Amino acid sequence: MVVDERAKVVTVTIDGRMVKVKDGCTVLEAARQAGIYVPTLCYHPSLSPYGACRLCIVEIENMRGFPTACTTPVTDGMVIRTDSAQLRELRKNIFELILAEHPKQCVTCAKNLRCELQEVASRIGVEEVTLPPIRKDLPVYRDSPFFDRDYNLCVLCGRCVRVCQEVRGVGAIAFVYRGSRALVGTAFDKTLQDSGCQFCGACVDICPTGALLDRESKWSGLPDKSVVTICPYCGVGCQLSLEVKAGRVVRSVPVYDESSVNKGQACVKGRFGIAEFVHHPERLSSPLMRKDGKLVETSWEAALGFVAEVLSRHKGDEFAFIASAKCTNEENYLAQKFTRAVMGTNNVDHCARL
Amino acid sequence: MTNSINEIGDASCVFVIGSSTSSGHPIVALEIKRAVRSGARLIVANPREFDLCDHADVWLRHIPGSDVALLMGMAKVIYDEGLADLAFVSEYCENFDAFKESLKKFELEFVEKVTGVPREAISQAARLYATCKPATIIYAMGITQHTHGTDNVLAVANLAMLTGNIGKPSSGVNPLRGQNNVQGACDMGALPNVYTGYQRVDNPEVRRKFEIAWRCDLSPNPGLTLSEMIDAAYNRRLKAAFVMGENPLLSDPDINHTREAFKRLEFLVVQDMFLTETAQLAHVVLPATSFAEKDGTFTNTERRVQLVRKAVEPIGNSRPDWWIICEIAKRMGAYGFDFSHPSEVMDEIARLTPSYGGINYERLENGGLQWPCPTTDHPGTPILHVGKFVRGLGLFMPLEYKPPAELPDKDYPFILTTGRSLFHYHTGTMTRRVRGLNAIDPEAEVEINPEDAAVLKIVHGEKVKVVSRRGEVVVKAKVTEKVPPRVVFMTFHFAESPVNILTNPAVDPVAKIPELKVSAVRIEKL
Repeated sequence: MVVDERAKVVTVTIDGRMVKVKDGCTVLEAARQAGIYVPTLCYHPSLSPYGACRLCIVEIENMRGFPTACTTPVTDGMVIRTDSAQLRELRKNIFELILAEHPKQCVTCAKNLRCELQEVASRIGVEEVTLPPIRKDLPVYRDSPFFDRDYNLCVLCGRCVRVCQEVRGVGAIAFVYRGSRALVGTAFDKTLQDSGCQFCGACVDICPTGALLDRESKWSGLPDKSVVTICPYCGVGCQLSLEVKAGRVVRSVPVYDESSVNKGQACVKGRFGIAEFVHHPERLSSPLMRKDGKLVETSWEAALGFVAEVLSRHKGDEFAFIASAKCTNEENYLAQKFTRAVMGTNNVDHCARL
Repeated sequence: MTNSINEIGDASCVFVIGSSTSSGHPIVALEIKRAVRSGARLIVANPREFDLCDHADVWLRHIPGSDVALLMGMAKVIYDEGLADLAFVSEYCENFDAFKESLKKFELEFVEKVTGVPREAISQAARLYATCKPATIIYAMGITQHTHGTDNVLAVANLAMLTGNIGKPSSGVNPLRGQNNVQGACDMGALPNVYTGYQRVDNPEVRRKFEIAWRCDLSPNPGLTLSEMIDAAYNRRLKAAFVMGENPLLSDPDINHTREAFKRLEFLVVQDMFLTETAQLAHVVLPATSFAEKDGTFTNTERRVQLVRKAVEPIGNSRPDWWIICEIAKRMGAYGFDFSHPSEVMDEIARLTPSYGGINYERLENGGLQWPCPTTDHPGTPILHVGKFVRGLGLFMPLEYKPPAELPDKDYPFILTTGRSLFHYHTGTMTRRVRGLNAIDPEAEVEINPEDAAVLKIVHGEKVKVVSRRGEVVVKAKVTEKVPPRVVFMTFHFAESPVNILTNPAVDPVAKIPELKVSAVRIEKL
């Protein structure tokens, strides 16, 4: 990112605290920078401001009404209040309207305990919904091999639609129908594949509810740990988090990190093409040696000893090492060191040209 | 890459040539789309249509193998119309007069004929690239996998120097490396002529440094490249080979020849996660762990060294590749393979490699570092050639157009070109084992233009035979306007219809890269 050194800094007051922020940022970004929580469902740092959920309303001196923090740019000297009795009451009412259309069986939901809607509910302090519930009774779409779409749980924040359009430049999904019938879907209800979906999973990762979920890991619950590593596919070097449960990789997800190459995005291979090959039943689990024309299992000790013994007889230019663009730097370093220092030849190469 | 991926979005012009970025490097395609959304002009040069063509101001659909003519034609327009940055050229570059002289052969009439691209489009692309600055060039294997791949790369570099689009943010010459650590494998000296950091094996001073560090005598003779190894095995000059995590039986050109070469080896060791096509021929197969089961580093296409972290224990009785090599070396009585963790290997790399000198695991914990990073207080280098070229002056190279090694003729009237699908990766060792990816992209297809399909009476979905001078494969026909007439396209992921039975092993004389992007074939009905 090219940082403009001349970027102007302005001073604003949020909840009585003076904060210096970049000119042109939004009130919500300023509050977050100051560590002040303002609830929101539709905001996301990867997306342009939208103002759909109305939960981030604030009070700003010399401004009428309750502007949404996510769409209001800061100005020098602005005085902002993010918390007041009236704001709390209004947010509760707005949130109740959202919840009236959302099923309330949290404990049986696959997103339970990692759900943004739940988090916002606890922050705002909504304990029960007094409005009559509205059932949507929509079918669950299972037309992708990787994730399910259950729009009964959708809160119409539009993040999935916007990430598909704004960040991925694909536009496979959009809002369909209008007013109270509005939904997220594909044009003419086509399958995802027919509507141009690239199955990158960005919509799943950005959804604040259980409406979009990986099918494979849907019911595996919270991971035991997440390990940040680098994707093993192409040369871009995307940062991925491997979620581990009971010693197995259950999911690979990009983590939003401004300093990373991929900034929270992945492609279908990195997002959905890792856990299954890592734990594939065809993975080799024992050294094999050819006996009577067939490869048969053997011990490490026997295999390593045999390789060392035979290679000792092939030193020099009758030996070659094909190293790997898939392996780590350290492994390639050792491969060429072994070839040059132990085998006495420079016959080492890999498929850089393929 | 001379520049970094996240600079692309801030460019004023992006020129993509020989890269189906959306399938090969999807995250880079996002940056290109970000640039276009911010008002950048986009030029795409590719014989085959892909989704960036929809976002492009100009799409140059040149005939496969005509890149030098296209790029030199653009350079000629830029120079003739006074759009060159002559101040940059005279201050930072050399050999311009010879280059200027070589441009004379690239009259637009000639370029139009060779490339099949209308001259107006070539001029328009040239003007956009020369006037919308900073402009960045992005390319991939469509530029390099030719018998004149080196010339293609030089033509790209000429264009960047001519317009001063180098050494500045969001400009540069930016090859996209195809594999997660192909950059790192090259940096580490997994090449026949160089040690780590491109230090030459035939330089006595360098060799002495490594002999002292490794306590051994080292050969001054550059070794064999991969394609030369295969020929040497075929001729029985090579007797033993060790293959670590590669599957040359599917990735290399002319598979029938490669298979026979591997069969003639007296001893073949293959170290891999799966019993690949290559492993099936081995005398010993050693089970390696996946990336998820080990620590280490990968270096990405923008020279960024990043930490790979172990997430789970090795599956079954598999072991990390670094451990296996060390154990074999130790059993052969070798010195210098007593490592207990990859971080110790990186410390040795840093000691012997100036460009990696400041890299260690402690620093990498806080994020990746882009080489050159010579000292531990150096922040890394996001942009190369700032202020002056690494070699001193930027060297203009006069070029001439050379046709591909194999041109279509009466018997083999189609040009076959190859590439990747978004849903699979390389030889499919990993992705073909993921059910969802196979559900979306289950089998190999040969893409053929409707015009040609009509002449041959081939319908969409029909199985056809694709035949070259080297072999034949049976594959499903996909009738689509994505490919131009007389050009067919296949991916190389599918062992059932291995396209590399057909491809031409003729190589570039300098880079030794095979001409996978152009071979002559015919299509037969079954």
